[in-house]
Amino acid sequence: MVTSRAKHKWGMVVDLDRCNGCQACVVACQAENNLPINDKNAFLQSRAYEWIRIERYWEGEYPNVRARFIPVLCQHCENAPCEPVCPVFATYHSAEGLNVQLYNRCVGTRYCINNCPYQVRFFNYWHPNWPERLENQLNPDVTVRTRGITEKCTFCIQRLRRAELQVERRGGGTLNNETLKSGNYMPSCVQACPTNALMFGDQQDEQSPIKPYFDDVNKHNIHHEHERETRGYRLLEEMNTKPNLIYLKKVDKNPVKGGQHG
Amino acid sequence: MQEGRTLSTREINRDLLRSILESPRWFWPVVTVLGIILLVAAIAIGIMVNRGLGVTGLNRPVAWGFFITNFVFWIGISHAGVMLSAILRLAKAEWRRPATRAAEVLTLFSLMTAMIMPIVHTGRPWRILYWVFPYDFARGIWPNIRTPLVWDPSAILTYLTSSTLFVIIALIPDFAVLRDHTTGVAHRVYTLLAMGWEGNARQWKLQITAGVLLSALILPVFVSVHSIVSWDFGMAVAVKTWHSTVFAPYFVVGAVHSGVSAVAFVLILLRWCYGWQDYIRHEHIDALGRLLIVVATGWFYFLIMELLFGMYGREADELAVRGLQFTQWPYNAWFIVFVVTTYFIPVILWLSRAWRRNLWIMSIACISVNIGMWLERFLIIVPGLVNKQVFSFTWADYAPSPFEIIIVGATFALVTMLMLLFSRVFPLVPLYDVKEGDILKTEVKVGRRTVPATFRED
Repeated sequence: MVTSRAKHKWGMVVDLDRCNGCQACVVACQAENNLPINDKNAFLQSRAYEWIRIERYWEGEYPNVRARFIPVLCQHCENAPCEPVCPVFATYHSAEGLNVQLYNRCVGTRYCINNCPYQVRFFNYWHPNWPERLENQLNPDVTVRTRGITEKCTFCIQRLRRAELQVERRGGGTLNNETLKSGNYMPSCVQACPTNALMFGDQQDEQSPIKPYFDDVNKHNIHHEHERETRGYRLLEEMNTKPNLIYLKKVDKNPVKGGQHG
Repeated sequence: MQEGRTLSTREINRDLLRSILESPRWFWPVVTVLGIILLVAAIAIGIMVNRGLGVTGLNRPVAWGFFITNFVFWIGISHAGVMLSAILRLAKAEWRRPATRAAEVLTLFSLMTAMIMPIVHTGRPWRILYWVFPYDFARGIWPNIRTPLVWDPSAILTYLTSSTLFVIIALIPDFAVLRDHTTGVAHRVYTLLAMGWEGNARQWKLQITAGVLLSALILPVFVSVHSIVSWDFGMAVAVKTWHSTVFAPYFVVGAVHSGVSAVAFVLILLRWCYGWQDYIRHEHIDALGRLLIVVATGWFYFLIMELLFGMYGREADELAVRGLQFTQWPYNAWFIVFVVTTYFIPVILWLSRAWRRNLWIMSIACISVNIGMWLERFLIIVPGLVNKQVFSFTWADYAPSPFEIIIVGATFALVTMLMLLFSRVFPLVPLYDVKEGDILKTEVKVGRRTVPATFRED
């Protein structure tokens, strides 16, 4: 159908200096991707679904206290630990740099969940249920996952497919490899972010705002971190998972002493 | 072997076939009780499949729990068969003879039981075909050979196949005896199974050659099966304490430890159930006890090494899991129970010759080992997941639900029932092996005393 796929390499940049922890991305993701409602029971059983979550860390003691936020979602690792351990190729790497989860193939061994250092994979312990009226708001482009399978952030691949179709249609029925640009497609969390802390784009697109960050971090690996010109770093870079996500954070010159998690 | 009186062929046949030709009074009530337990477990599995794995205690991030623990435990038990029949056969240890069949059959049944566990553990067990068998089933997708979860079934099914062959080859002469002692349908079935065995020189030669060949060929499988099971954990880069290179030998030695203990306990039970005092004698249990001291100490070495390797790097995350294992309730209590029951209680009991020959004390030691080895697997699998990793923002403890406890408990009932049913159809002590041992037994002169030789030197 669309032949331009291998021409892209999608990536995201998360600017932690801009994130104010508003959770708009969490809500947008929940609505876009047909995630079950995280009710009280889900949290009590510790089985909540958070394809993107805002991790919140407190620094310092009251009254001199500061909150830090890290939005954590699937890092779409180039060297993903979850991929080689799946016996049925339910998770694999697409040519465009996405870590893809195929719900139909999944048998639910949960090995990938154990092997994800970022803890962004979720198992459907129960069959998902919505209140009756809310079933009408389910996104028709996204599968409702059944019990017994693993799911995770897809970078809203349904939006990518829709964008490809639109580009194709605009080109008068013929394929146009040039026109699917970064701006044609963005995941719902990026769209919802009010401070533009989340930026999405094609790592190979010269005009993409994320490209300089990727170039910089790729050029200076973890052993030459201090040579980086931007604020970029990757989560758990020492594990060599090579995520397609880059985090930006200015090193705090005057950190607040003493910290606490939660 | 040596200590008991020499029995005639007629006596051996009568005694060892008693379990098949006569039905003990306790047999059917026991089988019924076990059957009821299995029925309850089958219902539990049905509910679990129907409603989802939410009925278990698993959560995020503890995605593996009791089922996988039990899987590793039963795979471990299955290592007794090869240890006793193949390795001791190649080593010409005469005392192995009455223990071999029970060990091999325990291997078969514990492997079959172990294979159930990962299947019920998956979210969609009806799709098991897609990863257990290396075939694409019209989907165009072959299983991912990079994952230990595909190596597992390959190794286990190879082990199951070779163990089955091993058991059948050892059974053929006994089938022939059974053929000659039965009538009617049973006679016809045993005739078929005996495959025309007449006991002539050529057949014996073939049977012995096949046995020795299989003993040697099965050894690599024996080492690889539990190594591969250990790589389920060793390959997991993200879980601290799982990602360890010492796991393969550690698991294999641990498997032999728990397996041989289990066989010793099964032999004591058989002796008691079927009155085989003349066949399973104190000297056999004694020899198993002596072997187990060595195995247990080897295992203890690897335990220390595993802890040492883990902590030597002084990685904060690794030390955190160790802290959880050693200091945090309830894992600290389980850890003490695990080390004491797996090593200190049994080895102290085995060190005394009088205690090795006391069947009650031997039973306690062997059960203690298996309680400890079950806990070992639990303490390897769960603390690594319960521990807060760098990015487990919400994390939880793990407690098994009644469903998991019932299903895990029922696996013990399943193995017991299969062993009991087997003992009613096939002899659990090899007739021909006992007779052969009587013929081949030798004596050694030590000073003025003549003592029986434990090892044959020819």
